Amino acid sequence: MAATLRDVTTYDLKLAAPLAAGFVLFFVTPLVILLALSFQTDPQGGHYGLSQYVNFLGDRFSLGVLGSTLWLGVKVTALTLLLGYPVAWLHQRSPGWARGVIMLFVLLPLLTSVVVRTFAWVVILGRQGIVNASLSWLGLIDTPLKLLYTEGGVVVALAQVQMPLMVLPIITALSRIDPNLADASSVLGAGHWRTFRKVILPLSLPGIVAGCLLTYAAAITAFITQSLIGGGQMLFMPMYIYQQASTLQNWPFAAAISIVFLVAVLVVVSIFNALGRLSRGYANA
Amino acid sequence: MVSASRNGPASQRGQTLLLDGITQRYGTSLAVNEVTLDIRGGELVALLGPSGCGKTTLLRIIAGFLAQTKGHVMIGGQSVDGLPPNRRSVGIVFQNYALFPHMTVAENVAYGLDARGVDRATQRSEAQRMLDMVKLGHLGERTPRQLSGGQQQRVALARALAVNPSILLLDEPFAALDKNLRLDMQIEVKRIQRLSGITTILVTHDQEEALSMADRVAVLSQGRLEQFSPPTEIYDAPDSLFVNTFVGSANLLGGVLVDCDRTAGRVRLDAGGMVETRAPKGDLRPGARVTVCLRPEHLSVDPAATDVDTLNGVVEMGLPLGATVVHEIRIGDGSAVKVSEPRIQRAELLAPGTPVRLAPVAPRLASVFAAA
Repeated sequence: MAATLRDVTTYDLKLAAPLAAGFVLFFVTPLVILLALSFQTDPQGGHYGLSQYVNFLGDRFSLGVLGSTLWLGVKVTALTLLLGYPVAWLHQRSPGWARGVIMLFVLLPLLTSVVVRTFAWVVILGRQGIVNASLSWLGLIDTPLKLLYTEGGVVVALAQVQMPLMVLPIITALSRIDPNLADASSVLGAGHWRTFRKVILPLSLPGIVAGCLLTYAAAITAFITQSLIGGGQMLFMPMYIYQQASTLQNWPFAAAISIVFLVAVLVVVSIFNALGRLSRGYANA
Repeated sequence: MVSASRNGPASQRGQTLLLDGITQRYGTSLAVNEVTLDIRGGELVALLGPSGCGKTTLLRIIAGFLAQTKGHVMIGGQSVDGLPPNRRSVGIVFQNYALFPHMTVAENVAYGLDARGVDRATQRSEAQRMLDMVKLGHLGERTPRQLSGGQQQRVALARALAVNPSILLLDEPFAALDKNLRLDMQIEVKRIQRLSGITTILVTHDQEEALSMADRVAVLSQGRLEQFSPPTEIYDAPDSLFVNTFVGSANLLGGVLVDCDRTAGRVRLDAGGMVETRAPKGDLRPGARVTVCLRPEHLSVDPAATDVDTLNGVVEMGLPLGATVVHEIRIGDGSAVKVSEPRIQRAELLAPGTPVRLAPVAPRLASVFAAA
């Protein structure tokens, strides 16, 4: 049922027009302005050239920020997948009422403000926080561990905050798998692990790829969580852009690193997509 | 197990399957109630019944997807109670085939061999051999979705048989096929089952399918085993009113048992007339209220004569159905009776309104049960 451009009616176009107009006005136009701005050679304007890009790509500090941001996304995505898949699996295997409860817990983070959630993590991870208090009460540590303002802290907090983005697509993918397939596999002599590896996992790949994409994109651009949990010592791209634009008023450089960031993210996203296509797991018809 | 399959399935004799007092309880309801079936090696047994009769539950218990509340499952004399499905040596063909959509046809067929640690080369040759057996040897590299329903079913059958299971379970395997293809596949499955000699359980709600394919049919109703007999016996000598009405069609006539012995009985019908019946089922004594079951082909219509002490009626409608003619007759107590006769014997339809006399074509065809 592949739709072609021919199938689009004028009604479809008219119905889509308001959103399209908004999209052009508030997304495409600023993006074009951003692109133009990034080619200005100095903040006062005037000359155009590639100097901002040359500055960024020639600067080890800037490249380091970009690299650590992309790497942060990978770590968060991996952790979210590792923790999220079992939750989605549990949801799939549970009776009706339990599914509702699990779904509520999965969606709960989305119902609170990201600022509130992030401050909760500040309280949990702080020197006198819940984790340190529990560990010292158990006698496992003498002095409080440094959890807040560490990359590990950022990864854990981001993983929790982005969990619904991973779990929901995987639940959708798992629910589309015919339960008879697992039965067929086990009758043919496969144990639970083989059934999971050979049947369930490949068939849930579309959900995994979608979940990873969403989580990755959300994690690397999560300005608030990165800044509050990471503190001043760790610099990631969103904060870097903010500093250049707001504090240093260097708009052309801020624009240039935004564009570089955008391209870098697109590259990572295409790699994800290609991986998804390479694996032969497709959702059931 | 693998070495046995290399010898070819024809050399293998089917394993026996014993279901011993199987009971399955869901909360307070009994899905299966004390069902005992002793199935011979190489036999094809159909589990027949309306939906909710417990036949699918029984299948899931044999496969090991469900642990029965009570009773034992023995395959080849060995108890398999407590064994998980992957260690029971059964094969299943599901109603929707349940082929793995992300694997090729050949990979699907080789899946069970792979799970048993068979080396790649043997997997390939065995899968090819099984596909050749179901006449799909040339389609190994396709994906299941590129195949028609009938082809997918053959692949499912090849996949189930590739691991040389002791028992083959077929779960409503023909329900998704259209009518012409269904008959072809029924013949094909029967052929392969004969060829491999594998003990086979066919779950179905389709009585024609059960009667035509099975060596013996187990009729189930509300979790209970109603009758376990060869198809002709199920049809000709039903053990219960349920079996009589579920398998084939039956005219139910009220009456009073006049006398009976071990081989026959006589019933005076409420609508008039006396019929000679088979021996009544259950503990019935003369004078008891009974229900007489007469199949449409057990009766003939005689327009010439009516009498006071015969089963009389009036023709409501006549339908020519190819080889047979069916008349619907309104009888004395107001109920309708269907009569089916060969066209050779009755070329002309009887006009509506014709008064007729109904008589059994032979004595002792009717079954008698206690009145419901």
